[in-house]
This record gives sequence, structure tokens and C-alpha cells, in this order.
Amino acid sequence: MQDTNFVPMLVAVPLLGAFLIPLLSKLWKGFADLVGNLVGVILLGFAIYGVVTLSTGTPGIVYKMGGWLPPVGITLVYDSLAALVVLVINLVALPALLFSTRYLDPYTGRWKYYTLFMLLLAGLNGIAISGDMFNMFVFIEISAVASYALVAFGTGAEELEAGFKYMVMGEVGGLSLLFAIAMLYAKTSTLNMADMSQALASMGHTPFFWFVLATLLVGFAIKMAMVPFHSWLPDAHLSAPAPVSAMLSGVFVKVLGIYAMARVVFNVFGLSRPTAPGFFNMLVGFGLVSILVGGLLAINQKNYKRLLAYSTVSQIGYILLGFGIGNYWGVVGALFHVIGHAATKGLLFLASRSIERATGSRELGEIGGLEKSMPVTAWSYILGTMSLAGAPPFAGFISKLLIILGAVASKMYWLAIVAALFSTVTLGYLVRVISKVFIGRKDVVPTPAAESPPMILLALIMLVAIALVFGVAFQPVLDNIVQPAAEALFGGLAYARLVLGG
Amino acid sequence: MKGMSAIVQTVSRLVAGMLFLFGCYIILHGHLTPGGGFAGGVIVAAAFILQSLAFGSVEATEQHRYTFTSVFESMGGLGFVLIGFIGYAAGHEFLRNVWASFGEPLRLVSAGTIPLANIAIGMKVGAGLFAIFLALGASRFKMKD
Amino acid sequence: MVPFLACVLLFLFGLYAVLLKRNIIKIIIGFSIMEYAVNLFFAFAGFKRGALAPIITEVGVVKDFVDPLPQALVLTSIVIALATTALMLAMAMRIYEKYKTFDITEIRRLKG
Repeated sequence: MQDTNFVPMLVAVPLLGAFLIPLLSKLWKGFADLVGNLVGVILLGFAIYGVVTLSTGTPGIVYKMGGWLPPVGITLVYDSLAALVVLVINLVALPALLFSTRYLDPYTGRWKYYTLFMLLLAGLNGIAISGDMFNMFVFIEISAVASYALVAFGTGAEELEAGFKYMVMGEVGGLSLLFAIAMLYAKTSTLNMADMSQALASMGHTPFFWFVLATLLVGFAIKMAMVPFHSWLPDAHLSAPAPVSAMLSGVFVKVLGIYAMARVVFNVFGLSRPTAPGFFNMLVGFGLVSILVGGLLAINQKNYKRLLAYSTVSQIGYILLGFGIGNYWGVVGALFHVIGHAATKGLLFLASRSIERATGSRELGEIGGLEKSMPVTAWSYILGTMSLAGAPPFAGFISKLLIILGAVASKMYWLAIVAALFSTVTLGYLVRVISKVFIGRKDVVPTPAAESPPMILLALIMLVAIALVFGVAFQPVLDNIVQPAAEALFGGLAYARLVLGG
Repeated sequence: MKGMSAIVQTVSRLVAGMLFLFGCYIILHGHLTPGGGFAGGVIVAAAFILQSLAFGSVEATEQHRYTFTSVFESMGGLGFVLIGFIGYAAGHEFLRNVWASFGEPLRLVSAGTIPLANIAIGMKVGAGLFAIFLALGASRFKMKD
Repeated sequence: MVPFLACVLLFLFGLYAVLLKRNIIKIIIGFSIMEYAVNLFFAFAGFKRGALAPIITEVGVVKDFVDPLPQALVLTSIVIALATTALMLAMAMRIYEKYKTFDITEIRRLKG
């Protein structure tokens, strides 16, 4: 076996887990936990192995499924950008799985949850490595349907309402994507991304080109909760189980929306700032609107799950801003923000849910003084908040700094000022949360609460470690993971040479 | 859920077996004629659904049927992933068609792992659709208020 | 060109139903119309005048066939549509059980 064989295993192993869990759970109830967490560990191992393999110098692995050569067959392309995204997915998935082992105690039907989670993982990994447009759409739909079912998992009235709303919006986005892919096939007669990029390059920037791109962007915008399509995100976060919220806000909106959009815009359509400045200015505009709307709506929220959801909308705006600025440091900052925000949001959702479980209340202002009764959980929440606000030495600081530097380098000074300003607004509402819940209220008797069980602590500590490590040791991360990914995006049509020529 | 009248029950007793056989024919000949795993699986599910609708059932038998269907569904899915792994065992890539030259073309035994994949998909789709029917139609909850 | 425009029009009809109807079942029917429109578009994309259905009956003889790739894609797309419609219907049934109505203007407990 060659060492490139781990690429389809990223999809095949969670599928195997998803089909084994219903069978084995009829024999012993604990099998679901065992298989689920085992799959998570295996996938993280593959992800790290892949990143290490790519950092030794190979430009990318092109895996031809079933032995059929491109552009006839379906190829899986594992280049540096895919390596980054796969690493993010599996880094957040393993703590979410560990958290689920104790979190699911009040729910019935554990094996159903794990099966859906395995399908979600298979779909997300598949999107990241797919080299074919329709294949990417199929994996998008797999992970989307799994997430609809997971959001409505505890079948109470509000969860069903949120799940249905999310489902309708998500499906309209998915069908727009399918329509755009159908139009692209009708015009270029191929579905392979590399081949399509060459056909589109020879076609030029006709009105049809922009129309298809607009349809694709509508589909991706709904999936990434960009304003004005963001309204499903707060309700879905309120109702979903906490590990699902962590995966949803931390990974799902980024892989489906941001990664898929970046891949299509830069590599398939071959756009870049010098050739299409109007398009990139539009991206900057959308990013700014998302930052503003998300930040302003987050200020007055009382329920901290909704607060975190609006904060996600705002951070997606930052990532879009980074892509819209279009020069090297903007894109590098945006990609770094993908990693940092995924770990940070995951950490915040898991920690806040542990606190809610232990104290029994969801609203701010009713709990206080928790750093004495549950120290590890409380400190992981505080550190996560600091990372989200962009305080050094966490990952959030580095990424926002890089985006602002990118804006300055392109002489868009007003943009840098707005971005920095809203960063302080973020800091504002988050500090409000910390001061109400944790420290500084001397008049409050500490709420009696037990420390969380060990599995949950393990998950929280892992995520804190990721946010810290990526922030402190940012130079090797930049050199080996993020900058090659940005170069894969900037290469544009070099993607086609990688797939077809090599 | 209630069954239906005597005419429907007699006819469905005759027809359900033929439906099942027809569905299996479409699944097995997926590499020669149009159809294959998906279409054949839907027809197989239709045979079971017809039986369920015509004869009705009690809640206990429904739970038993649901467990049985779930086992078949998982086995179908596992079969497909294991067929992918056969490609590895023969030294090539994942999902490779390894016995493609075994048997003559345009006969039933030909085209390597494609008929096996069709059987796995047929099992999964058939069992899956019947499970959807059980979850939606043969309901444990009543729609009256 | 005309069949393609007809498919776009059908897609827009489905979108109208999803966006503007109040009954959940009508929304789900709107989704079915949208999926039908997209599948029809795909099937049209592979059409050639005067060509045969892409089934090989004799070995080695290549006739003028319609493009078989969109037909495989439409098959996959129909199955995906089946799964999502089934999930939407199951959710709609459970919503009826909890809220006692199918009218979306009354299913609004989540605010903010």
C-alpha cells in the first residue's frame, strides 16, 4: 500500500462507523460511544499524518478513485488548503465526540446521535477533499441533512421549529447550488474542477459567467450564515445539543461556506484581485455588513448561546473581509482565523453548556462566582472568551492582526480602522459576560456547582490547548500549514496543472 | 394501523411476491439494462409497503419489523464500503472494479464488482424506504387531538 | 434555449411556493417542484437531436448516444431529494403533534 491511501479513508472510515453502530448497538449499548470516539481518534491521526506528509514538499496528492483518470473519473485532491480544512474538522470533532459521551446521558437513542455524527463527519471530510463539483455537492447534502437531523435531535417543540426553519433555508441554498452546477455542466460539459477551470478560463468574463457565480454565491452564502441569510444560525444554536452547536458554528459554516466558496472563486473561476476588483470589493462589503450586524445584534443578548451565534456571524464577516482584501496577508489572516475561531467557538459552546448543566440556568445575571466551585471549566471559558476577543497570546489575536495588516498593505486604511474598532466591541460584550458570571462580584455567594466529569474536562482542555498552541507557536503553523494553503488559493489555475498534468 | 378490504388483501397476496421478484430482477440486471440499485430498491420497498398497507399491523409487530429492517439497512451499507475495500486488497485504489474481465460482456456474470455494488445499494435503499414508511405512516402516534 | 428557460421558470415557481405560502405542506410541495425543475434541466443538458438511449446492446458497436452522465447525476439527485423530503415530512408531522397547527405564522416560539 502506498502512503497516499489515507485520503479516501477520511471518508470511508466514518461511513464504516456509521453503518456499524446500528448493528452493534443491538448487542451492547456502549458500542456507540466506543466506535464513535475510536473513529474520531483515527480521523485525527489521518489528518495530522496528512499535514506532515505535505509539509515535506509534495505539492499535493491527487487520488484517482477506482483507477479512472481525470477528467473522466472522480478525483480526490488533497492539496495544502484541503489539508488545513481536514485538520480543522478533525481537531474540533474529537473534543466534541469526547464531550458527547457524558453529555448524552439524559437523551435516549444514543446510537442514533452517533450515527448521524459519523455521517456528518464523512460529509465534511468529503467536501474538503473532493476534486469534482457534483461530488462536492453530494457531500454538502450529506453533511447538511445529517446536521438538520442533529439540530432537531431532542424533539421538543422549539427544537423542531428551529430544525425546520434551518432545513428550509439550507435546502433552498442546496438547490441553488445544484442549479448552478447544472448550468456549468450544460456550458462546459465537464464536472471535474480542474477541467472546468480551464474551460471557464477560455470562456472569459461573459454575463453567463457572472450569473452562474452569483447563483453559486447565494447557495454558499446561505450555508455560511452571511447576512442577510443569517437568521437560521441563532435559532439552530439555541436548540441543538452543545457538541452539535460546536461542530455547526465552528466547522460546518466554515467548511461548507468559506472553503467551498474560496475553492470555487479562486481555483475554478480563477478570479483574483487584480483581474476582478469589483467582485472583491463586493466581498469586502458583505464582510463589513456581517461584522456590523453580528456585532450589534450580539450586544443586547441575554442568552449566551444566542450571543455566541451572533458572534459567529460577526467572525464570518472578518473571514470574508480577509478574502475580499485579496492580497497575501489578508488571505493568510482569513485562513488562520478559520482555525482559531473553530477551536475557540467549539470551546465556548462546550464550556458554556457544562456550566448550564451544572448550575441549571441559561440566562446571564443569575449565576455568579463560579471560579471557586468549578475551576477548570470556569477557566477554560474565560480563556476561550479572551481568545475570541483577540487578546494575545491566543490564536484570535494573530489572525485579526494579519487581516488588519493586509488591509493596511492594500492602502484601505478606513477598513483597518473599522475592523479594529469592531474588535473592541467584541471585547466589550464578552467582558460583560465574564464579569457577570465569574469574577469581580464580591457580593454574590458562589453558586453551588460540581466540577464537570473527567471526559468533559479532557475535551475542554484539548480545545484550550489548541487555541493556545496555535497562538503562541504561530510561526511554524504559518509556515507549514497556513501559508502553503494561501498559496494554493493564489495559484488559481495552477490547481488545474496539479490535477491534470501530474 | 387498520388493514384494507378483502379484495385488496387477496390481490396484494398475489402481487407482492411478483413485485419483489421484479425488483430483484432490476437490481441484478443493473449493468445490462436501465435501473440498478436505486430503482430496484424502490420497487422492493413497494412490495413490503403494499403488504403493510393491505394487512395492517399491531404495534408490537411494527417494532419487530423496524428492528429487522434496520439490520438489513446497515448490512447493505457495510457491504458497499467493504466492496470499496476489495479494491485495496487487490493492490489498486479504493472502489476499483477488480474482476472486470471475468465472464463475457453483456451476460449476467460480468462487469466485476458492479452487480455486487448494485445488490448492496438495493438492500440499503429498499430497507431504508420501508423504514421511512414505518416511521411516517404506520405510526406510533395518532394525529387526532 | 427554450427548454432551459422553462426549467428556470419552473424553479422560480417552486421558490415562490417555498417563500410565500403559509402551510408547511405547501412549502414541501414547493421544494418538490424546485427539485423537479433542476433534474429536468440536467436531463436536457445531455440531449442530442436524433440520438439513441445510452444502452449498449452489442459489444464493440458505438452508435450515436445521448450523454449518459447527466442521467446518472439525476439519479443521485432524485435520491438526495427523497431523503430531504422524507426528513421534512417527518419534522412537519412532529411539529403538528406539538403545535397543533400547520400554519407557519403560528409556529413562532423562538424570538430574538
